[in-house]
Amino acid sequence: MDLGLTETQELLKNAARDFLENECPEQLVRDMEEDEKGYSPDLWGKMAEQGWQGLLIPDTYGGAGFDFLDLCVLLEEFGRALVPGPFMSTVFGGAIPIMQIGSEAQKQEFLPKIASGDLIFTLALTEPSARFDESGIQTQAAVSGNEVTFTGTKLFVPDANVADYLIVAGRSGAGVTLGIVATDQPGVEVTQLVTIARDKQAEVKLNGAKGQLLGTDGGGWAALQPVLQHYTVGECAYLVGLSQMDFEISVDYAKERVQFGRPIGSFQAIQHKCADMVTDVDGSRFIMYKAAWSLNTDQADKQMAVNMAKAWTSEATRRVVAHGQQIHGGIGFTKDYKIQLYYRRQKRAELAFGDADHHRELVAQQLGI
Amino acid sequence: MDWADSPEQAAFRTDVRQFIKDRLPGRYRDMKDTGSENAGWQADRKSSNPEANQAAKDWATALAERGWIAPHWPKEYGGAGLTTIEQFIYNQEMAEAQAPPVGGMGVSLLGPTLIVHGNPEQKAEHLPKILSGEVAWAQGYSEPGAGSDLASLQTRAVKDGDEYVINGQKIWTSGAQYSDWLFALVRTDPEAPKHRGISFLMMDRTTPGLTVRPLTDMGWAQPFNETFFEDVRVPAKNLVGEENRGWYVGMTLLDFERSGISGAISHRRNIRDLIEFAKTDEGKARSRLGEFTTLRHEVADRHIETEILFNFAFRIVSMQARGLVPNYEASMNKMYGSELAQRVSRTGTKVFGLFSTIWQDQQKWGEQNAPYSAMGSRFTHLYVRTVPLTILSGSNEIQRNVIATRGLGLPRG
Ligand SMILES: Cc1cc2nc3c(=O)[nH]c(=O)nc-3n(C[C@H](O)[C@H](O)[C@H](O)COP(=O)(O)OP(=O)(O)OC[C@H]3O[C@@H](n4cnc5c(N)ncnc54)[C@H](O)[C@@H]3O)c2cc1C
Repeated sequence: MDLGLTETQELLKNAARDFLENECPEQLVRDMEEDEKGYSPDLWGKMAEQGWQGLLIPDTYGGAGFDFLDLCVLLEEFGRALVPGPFMSTVFGGAIPIMQIGSEAQKQEFLPKIASGDLIFTLALTEPSARFDESGIQTQAAVSGNEVTFTGTKLFVPDANVADYLIVAGRSGAGVTLGIVATDQPGVEVTQLVTIARDKQAEVKLNGAKGQLLGTDGGGWAALQPVLQHYTVGECAYLVGLSQMDFEISVDYAKERVQFGRPIGSFQAIQHKCADMVTDVDGSRFIMYKAAWSLNTDQADKQMAVNMAKAWTSEATRRVVAHGQQIHGGIGFTKDYKIQLYYRRQKRAELAFGDADHHRELVAQQLGI
Repeated sequence: MDWADSPEQAAFRTDVRQFIKDRLPGRYRDMKDTGSENAGWQADRKSSNPEANQAAKDWATALAERGWIAPHWPKEYGGAGLTTIEQFIYNQEMAEAQAPPVGGMGVSLLGPTLIVHGNPEQKAEHLPKILSGEVAWAQGYSEPGAGSDLASLQTRAVKDGDEYVINGQKIWTSGAQYSDWLFALVRTDPEAPKHRGISFLMMDRTTPGLTVRPLTDMGWAQPFNETFFEDVRVPAKNLVGEENRGWYVGMTLLDFERSGISGAISHRRNIRDLIEFAKTDEGKARSRLGEFTTLRHEVADRHIETEILFNFAFRIVSMQARGLVPNYEASMNKMYGSELAQRVSRTGTKVFGLFSTIWQDQQKWGEQNAPYSAMGSRFTHLYVRTVPLTILSGSNEIQRNVIATRGLGLPRG
């Protein structure tokens, strides 16, 4: 029993923080909002040199062989720095599914290139119904041997504009079926969406798009569950880092901003908001790590741990960024001031893979209510 | 990060569990948590019911054999000298079993204070009697005019030869009616700055001039008292630490486990019991869980929030095990835990709708459920019983002030 970081995790955290402070300054975050691709290939390459895209990938496939808790430590730093780009898409939508479900040949084909930063992946899961359950998958999948052909519309697909491959979930006669689909084929049509966080999400029309079967015909939904569990916790880790930074910026501001002849941070109305913010941030951090630990050690109640983490973190971090805006007064509402960057991104991650209502319902079901 | 026990921790946990299984008296087993004021060991030892009396004695004896009446005290003073993690596991298992703690404020507050500030004679006189359960202590700090601003206390002690003569009034003195001795903060120098004119005194409750008058709370229980002092003469040897340094003596925090784990355990138990009850026929007739999704979600939220509180407790004990001193983290636990207690009780009363108006009188119904009560009115009782949790031992406003100023470094108002 120990809720502190290991020495390796401390090192990773400090290295990541230093690296991102230099390589991913606020200006880059702002530039990428307006950028067509939404990420910096230069930074992407440097991240690969740090071994981050391959952090979880075993060294036999060119990765660093760290564990999931380590990845969450890194993602906290990503949330803190608001790192733009297809990192989570590639790790959770590419590396993890291939590690978990892929054939040996697929692992050898893709994992080393993901680790080296040469391939970008994303998960094409949700559709215009915007559901996260199995019934949301209506895209058709036609399986023939090791090949699968998809027809349908995927929506809210992150980073599809720059992805080399999609992992698509479709429905065949046997049930939900996954495939690895290259984006450079005529059957794949990507249309970017404009979003609150100015992250890059897309509508992806699949019109007879061909790919390799990933896992078994009809085995896709079961195979996706661990992927979604990890992805969901990854979003929580990002939210923890994001809200930690929003909170720190707000406390610093409360110490500096003077009204009525004293710092606004000396007013209890502001102090108590700050106290509630740190409680929400800390609460989010530990419930996230508990879920990550449950996945890492394959605890029997890991699904519940994931649902609890996302239910709580979605709302707690929303409370944090809302307080952050209030503490800042008018300046916080301006585009030039940084706090709004966090506010807008929090909403994206809050809604990703199910908001609090979605996960609370699952918790209620598991509690037998 | 690791939520699992190490092999040594697991072994210690098994040991504590087995001990409880072997030694916990029948009276304290399968306790039906009714949310009512459960005076437990403190009241049982003075009870006129011989069964209660015996149970209190047996349990104290069993614990004493292991040094587990005061597991956090050093061994040389008769404690068990447990590490903070072991204390945590001990407290966790005792709370899971709803085993009543023995020794009250003598064990939790006075003993540790004496261990640090007491002289050898004071330690020799008082510590053994706390451990044997012979003497129960009450804490006389608060006054009618000194609550959150405790250092403004006015109860006056004047040195007269080798005695102090005390005049004034304390209030909210918990359990004083069952206690044998009091420890109190009194003003010895009215001219000094308010924190520097206070002394820490111990006194026999039967000293002439000392009157304890029970106060009835809003739930018809009598957990606390008004304590009056009229020329109460206390031997000067009962001064702990130096004269006028009592504020610092009274604020001593020892390095013992302060995670507040037992709160998380009881909230989770209450939620689990609620869900189980709602599945029974009687439960279905009383509960509105099937009617409103919002209510199901509210119960789920309370469960998730207990997970937050568990983690806060784990965090504190992890820090302590690493030799770190919790700063704002302990305030956060107190604040979060007490507000969660209130939310759990509110949610419970919502689940049972009108049936939550029934207040089961424990004297009358005991283990039986009163007609139309849901779960023996547990959540209705809790709805009242949890009210003071956000006020006592530092109100939640004060806790938030502490988090903001001591924890986050915001300027004091
Ligand atoms: C059930 C119970 C048992 C108790 N047992 C004991 C005991 O055994 N021994 C003992 O000595 N005492 C005991 N107390 C007393 C307890 O410590 C006090 O109630 C507590 O310190 C608050 O003081 P008060 O009640 O005078 O409230 P006040 O201090 O008058 O507070 C009233 C309100 O004002 C707010 N407030 C006060 N100061 C500030 C501030 N600086 N900033 C913002 N808000 C502020 C408070 O948060 C509260 O909301 C007990 C109390 C209760 C309810």
